[in-house]
Amino acid sequence: MKRLIVSLTILIFSTPSASAGPSAPKELRDLHFGEALYCAYQGDWFDAISRLDTELMQHYGVDEPERDTLHYHVGEAKFDVGDFELAYRMHRRAGRAYTAVIEGNVEEPVRNEAIFRLARLYFQKDQPVNAEDAVESIRGDVPPEIRNDLDFLRAQIHMANGRYPDAVRILRGLKDAKGLQGFATYNLGIALIKDGKELDGRQVLDRTGQISGVDDVTLAIKDKANLVLGFKLLKEKDFEGAKLVLDRVRLNGPFSNRALLASGWAAASQGRFERALVPWSIVVTREVTDASVQEAMLAVPYAYGKLNVNSKAAVMYDSALEKFDTEVDKLGASIKSIREGNFLRALTREELKQDPDWVVKLRNLPQTPETYYLLDLMASHDFQESLKNYLDLEQLRTKLYSWEKDLDAFEDIIAQRRAYYGPLLPVIDREFRRLDSQMRLRLEQRDRIEQRLTAMLVVPRPDYLATAEERVIGERIALLERKLTTGGTAVPDEVDARINRLRGVLHWNVYTEYDSRFTEAYKDLRDLNREVDLLKRQYTAFVRTRQAATQSYEGYDDVIRRLRSTIGKAREKVGQLMARQGQMLETMAVNELNARRDRLAKFQTKASFSMADSYDRATRAQIKEKEKGE
Amino acid sequence: MFSWQRGVIIGISVLFLSAVAYGQEISKEQIKGLDEQVQEVKSDVLSIAAELNQLEEKLLYPSNTQVAVFVSLANGETFRLDSVEIQLDGEPVAYHLYTFKELEALRKGGVQHIYTGNVRSGGHDLQVLVLGKNAGGADFKKSGRFTFDKDVGPKFVEISLAGKDITMNDR
Repeated sequence: MKRLIVSLTILIFSTPSASAGPSAPKELRDLHFGEALYCAYQGDWFDAISRLDTELMQHYGVDEPERDTLHYHVGEAKFDVGDFELAYRMHRRAGRAYTAVIEGNVEEPVRNEAIFRLARLYFQKDQPVNAEDAVESIRGDVPPEIRNDLDFLRAQIHMANGRYPDAVRILRGLKDAKGLQGFATYNLGIALIKDGKELDGRQVLDRTGQISGVDDVTLAIKDKANLVLGFKLLKEKDFEGAKLVLDRVRLNGPFSNRALLASGWAAASQGRFERALVPWSIVVTREVTDASVQEAMLAVPYAYGKLNVNSKAAVMYDSALEKFDTEVDKLGASIKSIREGNFLRALTREELKQDPDWVVKLRNLPQTPETYYLLDLMASHDFQESLKNYLDLEQLRTKLYSWEKDLDAFEDIIAQRRAYYGPLLPVIDREFRRLDSQMRLRLEQRDRIEQRLTAMLVVPRPDYLATAEERVIGERIALLERKLTTGGTAVPDEVDARINRLRGVLHWNVYTEYDSRFTEAYKDLRDLNREVDLLKRQYTAFVRTRQAATQSYEGYDDVIRRLRSTIGKAREKVGQLMARQGQMLETMAVNELNARRDRLAKFQTKASFSMADSYDRATRAQIKEKEKGE
Repeated sequence: MFSWQRGVIIGISVLFLSAVAYGQEISKEQIKGLDEQVQEVKSDVLSIAAELNQLEEKLLYPSNTQVAVFVSLANGETFRLDSVEIQLDGEPVAYHLYTFKELEALRKGGVQHIYTGNVRSGGHDLQVLVLGKNAGGADFKKSGRFTFDKDVGPKFVEISLAGKDITMNDR
């Protein structure tokens, strides 16, 4: 019993710190990180991991990660990816993520927080020795926000490793810790009892059962403490004490049926059957599938029998027997239904996932097993984990199926693009090559002009800046001279003077206007540069568009073929695992229902005998009454 | 009769243990072994998802035309967001009705990726229409009109919603 108590404690109390979700940064700089958080806040762990993984991969892939927007959140992102993986029950990967932080070049508080998370992971995976090794390696500064959680985890680890005095020492310091109210004292009580300090432990549990608080968690821990202590006292035959403690359990809490039943037994064990009838009469009117209610259906007539109200006892045994018969039939039908696969089909119904009370709603579905009988089982850790795995596998199966369809669509898109661009691109390429050669020529000319102008800054060359008209005139003068001197004839002086004058005018203009022409030439070059820049941009845009056109349908075949094969293999694996996981869930459910049916069968026998016994007593009593009357 | 009573009390303890009763047929090792295989396949499928995301982005939303619109809630906003409609260059491209979970995720600081599409380089018009209820429970309707420039790289636009106004962060 003690061992069970400890395991229940650990099961309950590992939850609060483990369920703490990621917190958003004060100023979000990376939208994709925010998107991953958006998925995580909704419990959509697959998409959260997928997005954050992609973002981290891209971050590490860039040349200058410090210029990437994720740089501002990379520390949180590394932790978060581990937390998301843990929430998605990928403990191995989560462990690797935390280890990477621990082994990285990080500050002491960050490292210590990562160790805390790793230790918590080990503890949740039932590896308390590894968890202890991890927490022992914490040195130096611990972030203030995790100090209490770390101490609480340390205490839990010590308890799991049998180091109760150490756990007691830590838990004593956490009694008033915020967020751990009730948790710390409950564990302290258990640790003290396990450490042999029975009286101290009971006192602490007793105080835990009376703590003030109105929230559900506090009320639940109060009930739990009272129930555990009550059972302990009941087992030790301290019936008065047990009843006192058990009567503190709320009438509408999750433990109320058990507490009411046990409270009745505490009174009955003292021979106070009228007193026992009070809690039993409450519990007997409740949901018939509940184990405590079924037991109360026998306990109530038992009490009436003890009070010599045998006729009423007989009628109540008869009624109980009738109900047990119905329930046994229902259980048989439920077991059959589970074996026919209805349970698994019901678990994966889409509309149920939207409803937080889906387990209870299952009961209302046609052809689903009697799930109220499975509520205890469904609350157990192993069943929960198996069920979550089954639902995760179902999600993966759906995703893989839809991705295969996506690949079909991608191939269709690629084929259409190929059909469209295929005939167009050769014509475009031809025209492009023609324009490209023209462009290259013009660019070379521009470069030559620039080189010449640069050289003219050092060695002025006015002749380079002569206008086209001046060049033509210069050539005509030269031609005239050649004609006049053909055959060795002398040029008349008057003509020669006119030619020289013309050449002089030409020379004068070219040399006197050199500076303004040079400036003008530079302005023209600047204008040309603007045009060239525009041309280059258009050229780049064209090249990019041309490249994009090719990339829109080329180079995908291998990737798609490989992905199709990988998806196919993953689907096969998921299918196999779903079958095994489903079988495991069905076996768990059938075992549970069988156990409940066997128990009911025993109750049927007891009810039959007790009913007969009660009728006998009632008859004998009637005869006695008659005899007295005569 | 007392032995029956004792039997019933023991029955209470058995009930506590009923959740582990199946352990006789399904061992912890079996559960653990299967769990590890499920972890492996999850890892495989996550890798496929990463590769598919890259393929999808390259094939459907190349960076030179890609535009993505994100929605966030301004810090401390308490209004009840019912829906958001996004119009890009006059065309409605996204419409979203918010569930309670989604609204909570936004309130905690999550960012919703509401739209991814393709646009040409240059200036574009973005219109946002928000419907919801204010803290007093009255209906409200707000709209905002913005412009952004698309260049060679992918364009990310954040629409931040507040009770007073809508703002756009062009990234």
